[in-house]
Amino acid sequence: MDKKKLKALKLTANTLRQDVIQMLLAAGAGHTGGPLGMADVFANLYFNVAKHDPKKPHWEGRDRIVLSNGHICAILYASLAEAGYLPKEELKTFRKLDSRLQGHPARMDLPGVETSAGSLGQGIGVAVGMAMAAKLDSKPHTIFALMGDGELNEGSCWESFLNAHKFKLDNLLVMVDRNDIQIDGYGHVVLPLDPLADKFKAFGFDVFEADGNDMAQVVSMTEKAMKTKNQKPRVIIWKTIMGKGVDFMQNLPKWHGIPPNAEQAAEAMKQLQAERVRIEAEKA
Amino acid sequence: MKASLTLHPMLFDKPEKKATRDGFGEALLELGQKDERVVALTADLGESVRTHAFEKAFPSRFFEVGITEQFMIAAAAGLAMEGKIPFATTFANFGTGRVYDFIRQSVCYNQANVKIAVTHAGITLGEDGATHQMLEDLGMMRTLPHMTVVVPCDYLETKKAVWAIAEHVGPAYLRMGRANVPLITTAETPFKMGQANVLREGVDVSIAACGVMVYPALIAAVELEKTHQISAEVVNHHSLKPFDSKTLLKSAKTCGAIVTAEEHQRTSGLRAACAEVLSESLPTPIQYVAIEDTFGESGTPDALLQKYGLTKDNVVKKALAALRMK
Repeated sequence: MDKKKLKALKLTANTLRQDVIQMLLAAGAGHTGGPLGMADVFANLYFNVAKHDPKKPHWEGRDRIVLSNGHICAILYASLAEAGYLPKEELKTFRKLDSRLQGHPARMDLPGVETSAGSLGQGIGVAVGMAMAAKLDSKPHTIFALMGDGELNEGSCWESFLNAHKFKLDNLLVMVDRNDIQIDGYGHVVLPLDPLADKFKAFGFDVFEADGNDMAQVVSMTEKAMKTKNQKPRVIIWKTIMGKGVDFMQNLPKWHGIPPNAEQAAEAMKQLQAERVRIEAEKA
Repeated sequence: MKASLTLHPMLFDKPEKKATRDGFGEALLELGQKDERVVALTADLGESVRTHAFEKAFPSRFFEVGITEQFMIAAAAGLAMEGKIPFATTFANFGTGRVYDFIRQSVCYNQANVKIAVTHAGITLGEDGATHQMLEDLGMMRTLPHMTVVVPCDYLETKKAVWAIAEHVGPAYLRMGRANVPLITTAETPFKMGQANVLREGVDVSIAACGVMVYPALIAAVELEKTHQISAEVVNHHSLKPFDSKTLLKSAKTCGAIVTAEEHQRTSGLRAACAEVLSESLPTPIQYVAIEDTFGESGTPDALLQKYGLTKDNVVKKALAALRMK
């Protein structure tokens, strides 16, 4: 990818992060760390990789972006708004009464949300079902299933992986947010998952791993995975930093499920704006 | 008997018996032939739930997912959201309690057009015992927003129910049994989802029944007339949701006493549905025949029905008790 495009994606990710901070501040409750950590992956998906049309959210040929760990929906809503599925103003209604932006995504409320998710380990099954349907109808679109690593604690995820392998779903691309943090603490303490790549390999996946906060890697590894078609499901394990971009949030489990207060939000915005200036100064 | 319903002529002599699940298997095949959107999933119970004919006819539209019921429900939701009409099939306990949260979030909250078709419900599952005898499913399913709940009473009613839930756009739960049960209805008997059938008209007491309890209710009504000179109405409430309040209220008004009969816990099923409607609109004495807040056990279906009181005799007893409350 040329540097200009890469720079544009970095700027988009920065915009999404700023939107996330503003949303969480306005909401006064919600998950901050996960959305910040996945901003780069979402920016690449919505603004580089996936075929989709905000004007026709139900267009049959679209790639499906299925968020399985619904609690990081702030980044989904920010991406959908940036893409034009909803007015940016509406982001301020997140988690409020009568809003289409529910605390966890609701399919019937907001076009662009492929499945309701919140209770973990279900969206992946829905995504596999969508991939089965696409295979049956010989449709070429890709089903992206975004998952948290904590979510992989749920046994039902592994039921879905077994079946993704059985039905040779090479139209499915799973993306795991490997930040090693969940509500009760560090993932490797709460319930160890390593060796995670080996587990996926043993379940019959083509496995890719990369730094999910380095846009160049995010772009190239997604491209590589998209080109890989071996009649097997694919997974990219994105190593990310929960809270990425805001130094006092980074890698601290307490920021999994809380919003910033006004002072913290101001500091976060300051840091993200400084980062934006740095990105803009990059040679393209 | 109500002539307009053209019930089975041998009903009270030597009733022919067939399993509801056999009706399901046949209807699913016919449905598959008519509508290519229909797909089926099963969780290692294809033979028991009678999806084999469908599998043979439409191998690419049939998904054997192994013993992964949670996945099966979620995947059915995904298939439905892509325009398929998926039938997710397994036993009643694995298709409800085990996967309740999946039905709640991925099927009902998504308003996904998933048909959950289960067999082996209730104690008539028999020898496998209490672990497999689901007796709480109707309560779980009918409290879910957007869910439709149908409990056919026999083989032919099951076939009609399969067609009806396929036509209906939205989540649906179809509850079937394992055992062979008497043929009550005929091809001519009308079936409309959400509309109860008054099988026998009466004026003294009304028996509201569903599923395998419809037959004991009918023979109880005959005995009430012959032995006690009591005129009993029998209503087949095959649809628990949407529930036919109108027919229930009309029957309650005519008879002034109700007996409910179901192969389910005494709470949250048909008895509850009737009590909810009557307590609000027309307080009426109610007696019930149901499982008394207990688990089942191993045994033959008939022995279990006897032991747990799901019998004609108990319906008669409860009808007399209801009459005394008038």
